[in-house]
Amino acid sequence: MNKLTFDRKMLVIPYVFFLVCFVILPLLVIVYYGFTDGSGHLSFENFLAFFTNPKTMGTLVYSLVIAVTVTLICLAIAYPVAYILAKGEYAKHHFFLMIFVLPMWINFTLRITALKEILTVIEWNLALHPFANTIVGMVYDFLPFMIMPLFNAFTKLDSSMIEAGRDLGANSLQTLTKVILPLSVPGIISAVTMVFLPAMTNYVVLDMMYNSTYIMGSLIGSYFSSFDWNNGSVISAILLMFIGLCTILTNYAVQSKAERSRA
Amino acid sequence: MRKYVEHAVIWLALAFLYLPILILVFYSFTDSTMIGSVRGFSLQNYVTLFTEPELLQMMLGTFTLAIGVAVISTLLGTMGAIGAFHAKKTTRTVVEFLNEVPIVNADVVTGFSVCILMIVLFHMDKDTYIPLVVAQTALCAPFVYLSVTPRLKMMDGALYEAALDLGCTPTQALFKVILPQIMPGITSGFMTAITLSLDDYFITTYTKPATFDTISTYVVNATRGSQTSIKTALWALSTVIFVIVIGIVVGMNMNSVKQEEE
Repeated sequence: MNKLTFDRKMLVIPYVFFLVCFVILPLLVIVYYGFTDGSGHLSFENFLAFFTNPKTMGTLVYSLVIAVTVTLICLAIAYPVAYILAKGEYAKHHFFLMIFVLPMWINFTLRITALKEILTVIEWNLALHPFANTIVGMVYDFLPFMIMPLFNAFTKLDSSMIEAGRDLGANSLQTLTKVILPLSVPGIISAVTMVFLPAMTNYVVLDMMYNSTYIMGSLIGSYFSSFDWNNGSVISAILLMFIGLCTILTNYAVQSKAERSRA
Repeated sequence: MRKYVEHAVIWLALAFLYLPILILVFYSFTDSTMIGSVRGFSLQNYVTLFTEPELLQMMLGTFTLAIGVAVISTLLGTMGAIGAFHAKKTTRTVVEFLNEVPIVNADVVTGFSVCILMIVLFHMDKDTYIPLVVAQTALCAPFVYLSVTPRLKMMDGALYEAALDLGCTPTQALFKVILPQIMPGITSGFMTAITLSLDDYFITTYTKPATFDTISTYVVNATRGSQTSIKTALWALSTVIFVIVIGIVVGMNMNSVKQEEE
């Protein structure tokens, strides 16, 4: 055995080194900063402060309200669109899927600028409806990202299942609720994960729509500008826990779904 | 009836996605400073876009950064994917977990955490661009990994062994056998990395040098300001990017149609 010969396995080393140093380590440092005070002493104060301060809790609630609203509206639009693109009138035209996902490749700040100009003409003063405009802005921004995973789920869905349901006497509504919806759950889950978290953190859309209420992302932004690393880390750590929890839950949901369908 | 509903849904959704962009494209060719007030045809916005040093510098900076980050991400991600694919199962599981972290994580948290580690803790100078490139690579490389891995799974493993048996060194076999076969995955990973870098706002904000701007950070600042000539020049920039993206997408579409025909 010549130990010095090149082996394909070794190619993984630089990548793992990079991920550990610049993805995992930073997150550990965040947790460290979140649980210490300015002088480096262990402290839960910042954490407790977040959960007891009505202002920051209000921010958390506002983020969740925005994220849920945006996700539901995106689903309500993307679900039928993806279904029609995969199974309906447009199924043979691959071109239409292309134009639905094309906006993903245009810089989002430029797209929001375009939307903002139009909304200004319609509403005259954007500052009058900050919540509604934020919702419209985020739906506009995130919609293309939701169509792709749903489209993939629908193309995998066996059309004969739908036909079988119809032959067995299901009406359109029953076919939707008893056949199509249950079979598309994994697609819905991955579509939701594409939108929910960005909607909680993408504060640029809020800023551009003159919405002065904070979401979780805005808190990090404002602590960053005031060089408050400890409090910024607290928010990041809370988001991180939230993301971890969601990932575990969605993995569990997809897995148990797969197991059930195998059984 | 059903057919008409389907047409209506598709075209309404398309109108929502494209009307703002198309209206902006139209107004970028006028001398209006506001949407709604039609004045004459003018190319002034395009002249400003390509002559104003601040704008030129910003565009050049954005694209240089995107290409640099994409090259590094593609190298790292591809190496990681090949290595992990041939490593033990436990190693692969660990790499896949690590790879998933930046993908599910919020960009705000990714950017802020790299800022804390490199700039706050290790006092690295932002002006070296190292924190910026590293942070963007941390976001982009995992997507390259994800686009290369399926290609490796599709590849016939016997080809590499055959190359070795026929006298190739492992390095030659890597470059002459493996790489050509996974090239489509590498290319699409590279493209994804470029678009992620171009679209990024949060990671850039937390790690960039104070005087450096990408399109995203520049646009956000410009919309806060009141310089109308810059504002309308950005309409021209949107038009240019829109046309480029359409060109690439149509080109890719025609290419895949041609391949299907062959």
